[in-house]
Formats: sequence, C-alpha cells, structure tokens
Amino acid sequence: MSTSSGTPESWISSFCSLLGHEYFAEVSEEFIEDDFNLTGLQNQVAMYKEALEMILDVEPEDDEDDEDEEEEDEEDVSGGDGPGGRAHGERRHHSRVASDLSVIESSAEMLYGLIHQRFICSRAGIQQMSEKYELGHFGVCPRANCNQTRTLPVGLSDIPGEDTVKLFCPSCLDVYVPPNSRFQTVDGAFFGRTFGALFLLTFPEYDLSRTAAETAANLPRSATEQGMINGMYPHNIAPGLGRLKIYEPRIYGFKVSEYARSGPRMQWLRDKPDNMDVLDEARNFADEHGEHGGDSDDDDESMSMNGGRPTARRRPAGNARLRQRQRHNGSPMVVDVNGAESEL
Amino acid sequence: MDDYGSESDSDYTSYWRDWFISSRGNEYFCEIDEEYLTDRFNLTGLNTEVQYYQYALDLVTDVFDLDCDDEMRETIEKSARHLYGLVHARYIVTTRGLAKMLEKYKKADFGKCPRVMCNSHPLLPMGLSDIPNLKPVKLYCARCEDIYNPKSSRHASIDGAYFGTSFHNILFQVYPALIPPKSTERYVPRVYGFKVHAAAALVRWQNLMREDMRRRLRKMEVESGFKDGEDEDLDEAEDDDGEEDEELQQQIAEYRGANQHHGTSFTGGEPHVGSVA
Repeated sequence: MSTSSGTPESWISSFCSLLGHEYFAEVSEEFIEDDFNLTGLQNQVAMYKEALEMILDVEPEDDEDDEDEEEEDEEDVSGGDGPGGRAHGERRHHSRVASDLSVIESSAEMLYGLIHQRFICSRAGIQQMSEKYELGHFGVCPRANCNQTRTLPVGLSDIPGEDTVKLFCPSCLDVYVPPNSRFQTVDGAFFGRTFGALFLLTFPEYDLSRTAAETAANLPRSATEQGMINGMYPHNIAPGLGRLKIYEPRIYGFKVSEYARSGPRMQWLRDKPDNMDVLDEARNFADEHGEHGGDSDDDDESMSMNGGRPTARRRPAGNARLRQRQRHNGSPMVVDVNGAESEL
Repeated sequence: MDDYGSESDSDYTSYWRDWFISSRGNEYFCEIDEEYLTDRFNLTGLNTEVQYYQYALDLVTDVFDLDCDDEMRETIEKSARHLYGLVHARYIVTTRGLAKMLEKYKKADFGKCPRVMCNSHPLLPMGLSDIPNLKPVKLYCARCEDIYNPKSSRHASIDGAYFGTSFHNILFQVYPALIPPKSTERYVPRVYGFKVHAAAALVRWQNLMREDMRRRLRKMEVESGFKDGEDEDLDEAEDDDGEEDEELQQQIAEYRGANQHHGTSFTGGEPHVGSVA
C-alpha cells in the first residue's frame, strides 16, 4: 500500500468544505470504523465497500496504481456493485475507472450522509454540532419575533431522497427553508428527524434566546430556578412564542377583529401560556386529584373523565412523587440527557 | 464627479420613478401614478417630514431644474427617495395602488414564505410602524399570519414606514377571495419517532386554543377558513373529541385566567397554578 499519493486533506474534510456542505460535521474515523455504527447501511448504499474505503481514504484492497485511470470497464457502471464488478477487476491494469469513480463518489456521499445522521446523535457528534451551532454555522430564524435565534439543521424524513435539509428554530419550534439555494441540494435525511429535538434535550442549559437580558426580564427567576417543566427549563420552551411575540394585524391602528373574514386565524400557532406551569399536565393532574385519588383504580377513573393525559397514568399518588418531580420532573427524557449535561 | 453629474443628468431626462423602481434593492416598490403625486391633497403633511420638500417633489415628478453642487444634489436625491417612500405608503392602500401591489404579490416579487408548512406562499411587505426611521420592512405571510425578515440585506434596510402597518390587511379586506386557506399542519419535534414531551404539551395547549377559537367563530357563524376535515387527521385532535364541552371551556377559562394574572405581576399568581411556584 502506497501512501505517497494520499492527498493532504482527508476525503471527509474536503467533503465538509464543499460549497453547500457547511452544515455537516466531520464524522470521526473511529465512529466510522466501528461496524456497529454502520449496521444496515450495506443494503442502503450501492458499492458500499468502495464507498466506505473512499470515505476513510483507504487504498482499495486489490492494490493498483491510481494514476492509470482508463476508460474501460464501462459496464461496471451499471452492474458494478461489489463482487460482480470485482471479477473484471482481476485484470492487471484495472483501477477505478473514471466513470466508476463518480459512481463511488456519489455512493460515498450517500454513505457519509447516512453515517452523519447517526453520528450527530452520538455524544461526540452532538458536541461537535453544538460547537458549530455556537459559531452560528446554521444561520438564524427568519421569523421577525424570534430575534435572530440560531437554528439547527434537520430533516423531515430519515429516508434519503425525500426532502432537502430544513432549519429548525428552537425559539418558535417551527421549520424553515434555508435562505440560500445551495442548501436545496443537501438531503434532509443526512441530518435526520431526531437531531433537532435531541439537541435541545441534550443541552437543556443553553439559553436559546440570544438576548438573555430580555429573557430574564420577562420570566421571573423564582419560577425558572424551580426546575424543569416536561424535561426542559421553562424559559427554554419556545421562548419566541407567547403574548407580545404574536403578530397582531392592525388597520390604521385598530386591531382586525377575529370575527372579520380576514381576521387572525393562526395566532394559536405562535401562542404559549404565560405561565408555563399550565403545561405540566402530570403535576397539574396530581395537584388536582392527589388528595383523594389514593389508589390507582380511582386515578384511572377520574383520568378518563379528564380526557386522559397519558403522562400521569399509573403513577402512585403522594408527596414523595411530587418531591421527586421537583428535581427532574419525572420526565422520561432525563434518560436522554446522557450525561452530556455535566460537560456544559 | 463629472461621472456622477452626467449620470444624474440622464436620470433627470428619463423618468425618475422608472429609474427608482427598477434600481436594485427597490423591487418591493410599485410605481406611483403621476396624477396621484401631483395632487397636493395626497401629500398633506409630508412637507414637514421631508427636507427640501419642493425640490424633492420636483425631482420625483421629473420637473427638477436647479443648478446646484453635487452635495446638494445628493441630499435632494435622498429626500426624493424618502418622499417617494412616504407617498408610496399612502398610494398602495388606494384602489389603483392595491391592484398594482396585488400583481406583484401574484408574481411573488416580495419573496416566498420561508416556513416549510406554508409551501412557498408569496409574501407581502409591511411595516411595524407608520413613523419613518423606526423599523425596517418585514414580510407578511397570509398563510401563517406571521412576519419574517427579508432574506437579502439590501431589502432589510428599507424603511418599513414606506409600506405601513395597514396595507397588507387592507389588501385582504378588499380582496377576500385571496385569503389563503389556513392549515393546521405543523412541525412536531421528534426523537427517534417519539414526540418530545415539552413540545408536544405545548402543541396540545395550542390545539386547545385553536379549537376554542373555532368554537367562538362557529357561534358567531363566521367562516374559520380552515380546510375542512383537516383536524380529523391530527392525532392531537383526539384529545378534545370525547371531552365535554363545558369542561373544555372551563379548562380554557383557567388557562386564560392564568394569562391575565401573570401579565403584570407573576408572583401574585392564581392559587391554582401558583401552588407550584
């Protein structure tokens, strides 16, 4: 194996520095080399082995000179996945044919994207993405009332080829099209549906709104220091929504009535309770029914009358539970924090 | 400097307004009719707002004929742009102005809504204030009824008062057929396919608010404008279906009550929700 022809820059870093690939993190080689992380990708990517070698900058196993790129073996392009194409490759002078190379290149990009989707949800990956986030690599929310909150790249599907990358704003919990058209060629599946939400759960301490002073003024410290609501700090749940952050249509200073045909109909989308405790459905239920709802049968009965908030189901009543909730709110999401909290 | 002089000379001979609306960064403006500009009634009060008002008006109406140095000319040019913007805000709420802006809206000259669920619905320019030099122009999406910052920085620096706070609302009052159907479609954050509790709780609350609004509208027999039957598709809607109407009302009253109480002083909170704090 000759390493002399190796480029100074790795395939991964050159891929990430391409125009339009600014959102990508550089997946660490250890992550790719761990076969467990690649489970199932063989079936999703054509020429998997070659693509993987390309990503890792490994010389192909049947070691030939990369310089001789001959215009032969054209038929490999169509049927050349894995061992089938290998048969031709036994020839002495065979190397990656130019057209073959472009197929492998696109396979490698697809494979990298799919690995990337998994990587950014891993501990190392999400850490790297948080660094990019802090540097503002993913742009800001276009919504006027979000005050340029930084966004996160997300996909609307985990399956490649369905939709392009979108930007998730943690301030209004909505998704937007990236302003620059060069991102319209980037597949959303390379970021996946999970990353955006997982990011917020992993870094609950992030002050999402950049204007931290404003947040402090709007929300009383006493309430925010109390703890989390539904697994998040109340001041971090959609800080860009709620009263004063909703656009109110006016004509010559007069509000357009809701009963007008052209009146506001979508304000609910940007609304938020002034007191976030209202959203703590489990605790509200416990407060309401805690005293008399001694046993679980009783609980279930009253539950169905109340429309059944599933979060409170099958939990023993009592003060011990309430105290526990003060700490981590009894949220199953605490598991997802994964210890990353301590790194902040 | 000669260059500048000859350039503005040619502007002078051509129509200043033509040049203005076709120059880069002014894509949001429409052309104001000559008749509208020359009717003094339409310009009431602007003479105190604009420096060198008369010269600026002359420039806009292509009758400018003053020998002055470049510096002065530049000042007048700036005043003319300001004057045009202020007249523009008045003009676009007239019948002719609305029609012109409507054409631009249909061509999506003002850009498209960046919100994914709005499916590139065309935007309308608007101001957050009618007083000049306060707030830059924003873009209004009639589908999600929210306002967005323009993508390009050359548009982001235009004064919002050149479009005003009323124009886009008047447009939809005059052309109600253009009101886009509203959609309850929305993004729900998920982790490995599971909804995130905090966001999902907020979505449930918002859906409650929406249903409350729709109930109010039904009572007044006003069209809600939502696509029919869309709510059936939403899994959240199930929450409300089986519920007693009264109970829902009571819940809403509770939530809204909390809203009012916490507007000014948070610490004094209602006993019901305040028990946590």
